[in-house]
Amino acid sequence: MTAPPVPTNNVPTNNVPTPDAAKPEAAKSGARPSAAEIRADAIERPPGLIRRLPTSGVAMVGIGIILFWTILAITAPWLPIDPPNKSDLASFANPGPSAAHWLGVDIKGRDILARIIWGAQRVLTVAPLAALCAYLVGCPLGLLAGYYGGKVDAVVSRAGDVILSFPIIILYVILIATIGPSILNIMLAVVLASGPGVARIVRGLTLEQRHLDYVAAAELRRESAFYIMFVELLPNCRGPLITDFCLRVGYTIITIGILGFLGLGLPPPDPDWGTMVKEGTTMISIRPHMSLFPAIAIVTLVLGFNLVADGLRELSLKD
Amino acid sequence: MIQAVVRKFVSLVLTLLAASFLVFAVTEFSPGNVARKTLGPYAPQESVDLLYSKLGLNDPLPIRYARWLGVLVGAKADPLQDPALGLDFKDPRGDRYFLNFGYSSLYKVPVNDVIWKRLGNTALLAGLAFGLIVPLALVLGILAGMREGSVLDRTISVFGIVTTSVPEFASGVFLVAIFVVWLGWLPGTSPLDAGAGWPIWSQLILPVAVLVLYDTGYVVRMVRGSMAEVMSKAYIRTAILKGLPFRDVVVRHGVRNAMIAPFTVILLQINFLISGVVVTEMVFSYPGFGRMILEASLFGDIQLVEAATLIALVVAVATQFVSDIGYALLNPQIRLS
Repeated sequence: MTAPPVPTNNVPTNNVPTPDAAKPEAAKSGARPSAAEIRADAIERPPGLIRRLPTSGVAMVGIGIILFWTILAITAPWLPIDPPNKSDLASFANPGPSAAHWLGVDIKGRDILARIIWGAQRVLTVAPLAALCAYLVGCPLGLLAGYYGGKVDAVVSRAGDVILSFPIIILYVILIATIGPSILNIMLAVVLASGPGVARIVRGLTLEQRHLDYVAAAELRRESAFYIMFVELLPNCRGPLITDFCLRVGYTIITIGILGFLGLGLPPPDPDWGTMVKEGTTMISIRPHMSLFPAIAIVTLVLGFNLVADGLRELSLKD
Repeated sequence: MIQAVVRKFVSLVLTLLAASFLVFAVTEFSPGNVARKTLGPYAPQESVDLLYSKLGLNDPLPIRYARWLGVLVGAKADPLQDPALGLDFKDPRGDRYFLNFGYSSLYKVPVNDVIWKRLGNTALLAGLAFGLIVPLALVLGILAGMREGSVLDRTISVFGIVTTSVPEFASGVFLVAIFVVWLGWLPGTSPLDAGAGWPIWSQLILPVAVLVLYDTGYVVRMVRGSMAEVMSKAYIRTAILKGLPFRDVVVRHGVRNAMIAPFTVILLQINFLISGVVVTEMVFSYPGFGRMILEASLFGDIQLVEAATLIALVVAVATQFVSDIGYALLNPQIRLS
């Protein structure tokens, strides 16, 4: 830190993480560069975070893991694997891993490897899309609250506090148990539960930037509020937001897994990792592989996103 | 200061009311369902219609919510206890008392008869986990943060990322596969009943381990960040330069100042634990509060869901209140302003 920090209107309570937002925002406190750093960044324009990503070892391992699953998910229709719902009852005599079924078969005689790969396609579509939707809702709300302040801020922040005061899984359980498990409903629940967290981060970042010269310059040019929020402010908040997005995708994968495990997952019979773990637990004392392999799949994919987030955070701290 | 505390308290009570209204709105959104779910799928249509009018389910949501609050605080008699409904619902506490949560259609008893025992079981589980998470996270976080970038720091940080990437149900499966299936050292379920041949304490080990594994990494990261920041301060450099042994620098100057920021994070772990117990209790069939909420939600036991969520929300909001106040008391910069 070379320059003194620019005073912001951040009231102290904003720095106190609230219960449910805190987990996906794990990197928040570390990732958010001070206003002074951001200003320096705007003048010197060093290469962006994404372009410097290859210098981070952890991040590259994470990207490798994500790519591995993405490629498997995309190429699933052409891979020499069984259809995910095909039941091979003959193999059930020996459900463990074998030459015909590399990871064995599940309680219904379906090939676990095939189901994991098709499940990857599903989770890699739903989780990033749900996180993106949470951002589409959270960003405008956070920008409005941070840019206008006053009553707008009070309404947005108080409404967010209500959602964030919930123990998050309980909120998901009640919502999904009521509206029923479907891809659309799970995405709706993620947006409702996770959008306020996004809004809170964007609001904090906007408050830091709100009084910087470039915003004043844009206001002098008589740019519209919409232009200032989305073209001036939002791109300057991107560093911490990219990190948060990675964490949020990872956390959404966990959430979808938990919902599946609790019996509220994406509807069967199509493969869903969390549901696979749950189905396998009925046989866990005899055939632990039925739960173990899908559980390992979830862990690696989440780890991939968390490693990328950690690498990004480290890089942004180096600035 | 007192004014600020009161203002905070009022805002948290309002948050609590709004959140419980939200739960009420979600669970009782379609009034026809409420009567049907309370009576069960085989009740005759006349009883459902009677209950519908008895509960005033035609009224708008806010009025029904106010009525529910009225029953809760003991200002109104619980309409479900009316013998005309044929519910056969008897509550020895009477039909009008403070904290009347109503009647659980899943367990067929007053909510108060199920909920507190379950809550006690969960408090035991979460309390044990919390008691392990805090010291473990403090030690690891301080060790990692006192020399930023050291091998020890990198090791602990990677360990933290890995454990926070393993959701509770996955670590539950891993631990069961190792300690129950493979080694046979521990029981795979935790009914808190010594009848199955496993003493109660052994049934607590795996559930507690699952919670500790998942939550510790996050707290470690927070403690480490705070410690690393403090260790880069000028007064630490001064302490080192004046010849104080590194150990004393860490213990006397570093730790004391680094504990302010993680304080809130540590208290808010209680909130994560409430979330975490739902999954953990399902993995191990633990007779706790989280599993009860899930079972009640799946069954459509509206009264029990509303009661349980309200209690979870009270715990969450209360810890938030304590952590905000504690943070202000610990941090002179805020305390004095």
